[in-house]
Amino acid sequence: MKRDFKFYLKLFISTFQLSAFTFGGGYVIIPLMKKQFVEKLGWIDEKEMLDFTAIAQSAPGSMAVNASVLLGYHLAGIPGVLVTIFGTVLPPLILLSIISIGYSAFIENQTIKNILRGMQAGVCAVIIDVVIDMSSILFKEKRIISIFIMIGACTAVFVFHVNAALVILVCALAGFLSVLKKSRKDGMIP
Amino acid sequence: MILLNLFWSFFQIGLFSFGGGYAALPMIQALIVDDYHWLNMTEFADIITISQMTPGPIALNAASFVGTRIWGLVGAVAATIGCVLPSCVIVLILAMLYKKFHNLKYMQGILQSLHPAVIGMIASAGLTLIINSLWGTDPVSFSFSSIDFFAVSLITVCLTVLRKTKISPIFVMLGSGAVGGLLYSFL
Repeated sequence: MKRDFKFYLKLFISTFQLSAFTFGGGYVIIPLMKKQFVEKLGWIDEKEMLDFTAIAQSAPGSMAVNASVLLGYHLAGIPGVLVTIFGTVLPPLILLSIISIGYSAFIENQTIKNILRGMQAGVCAVIIDVVIDMSSILFKEKRIISIFIMIGACTAVFVFHVNAALVILVCALAGFLSVLKKSRKDGMIP
Repeated sequence: MILLNLFWSFFQIGLFSFGGGYAALPMIQALIVDDYHWLNMTEFADIITISQMTPGPIALNAASFVGTRIWGLVGAVAATIGCVLPSCVIVLILAMLYKKFHNLKYMQGILQSLHPAVIGMIASAGLTLIINSLWGTDPVSFSFSSIDFFAVSLITVCLTVLRKTKISPIFVMLGSGAVGGLLYSFL
């Protein structure tokens, strides 16, 4: 992949698009990222995308910004980061600067409310679609512990409202300990 | 001076909001409403409403909104830079570490147990969205009769399109928005 002007332009447009369409919270960026960067452009694979998501979640700040820093650095180093950050920050900056001037008309407009209500259904479908895709990979691998972690994380966040960063931290520790235990068992001193 | 305060406030919000999204709200309220009185409580509630209606992270939306009201576009840019700077630096360090060490055995073990956790948390976000979609954001009750069956059918149609065709999720969301804009006014 050549890091020429065309590449950076494509990177900018892709992250701009992602940021402009993450309605309904940070996680919506994942299906969009998967479609654009994994399936369409083929610049990263699905495993790397999950890595980025986990790392993005464990750092402070918003998912979209963090994921775009990881993506930019992975693809093109510091120049890549500058391009992806710019692409991610621009849509909310433009939109909110305009809206903040006369926002009461915007939030009380019934047609906009209807459009957003319809759009919310689309966002639900997009999330369900990506969860089906990703969890079916886990079910195919048949690692019981993975399925247990998935259901546990979902319950912790959905039912008990545990902070996502804490879930990441606990799972990272569990993963580290399991490797430690395994290498002890294999007779290798860590 | 105000510009510097603006930058510094959102720098703190960017630095201490772990877990994304609504986790940043109490921090934003404490600084923007309680300390600096840049917004009153009603305007703060409006920001949350606007953030639900517009794309992008809630902290960035708040940064642009507050920045514009106080110092125009320059304020919005200052607040936005303040908001993303801490996570940029921290994530950049993590990105470098990832690039260097992601093939190590321990790193592999950690990442392997993080993948299902991430999928679980996406599922949790999906469940919240589905509940909002079926019963509204402030549900009176979760009874069967109060389900928005139009939303159920719209979700089903969108999901079928996503599973059976290669149409981009962006177009699916835009399409369902257009259908909602047309049909909800008649319901």
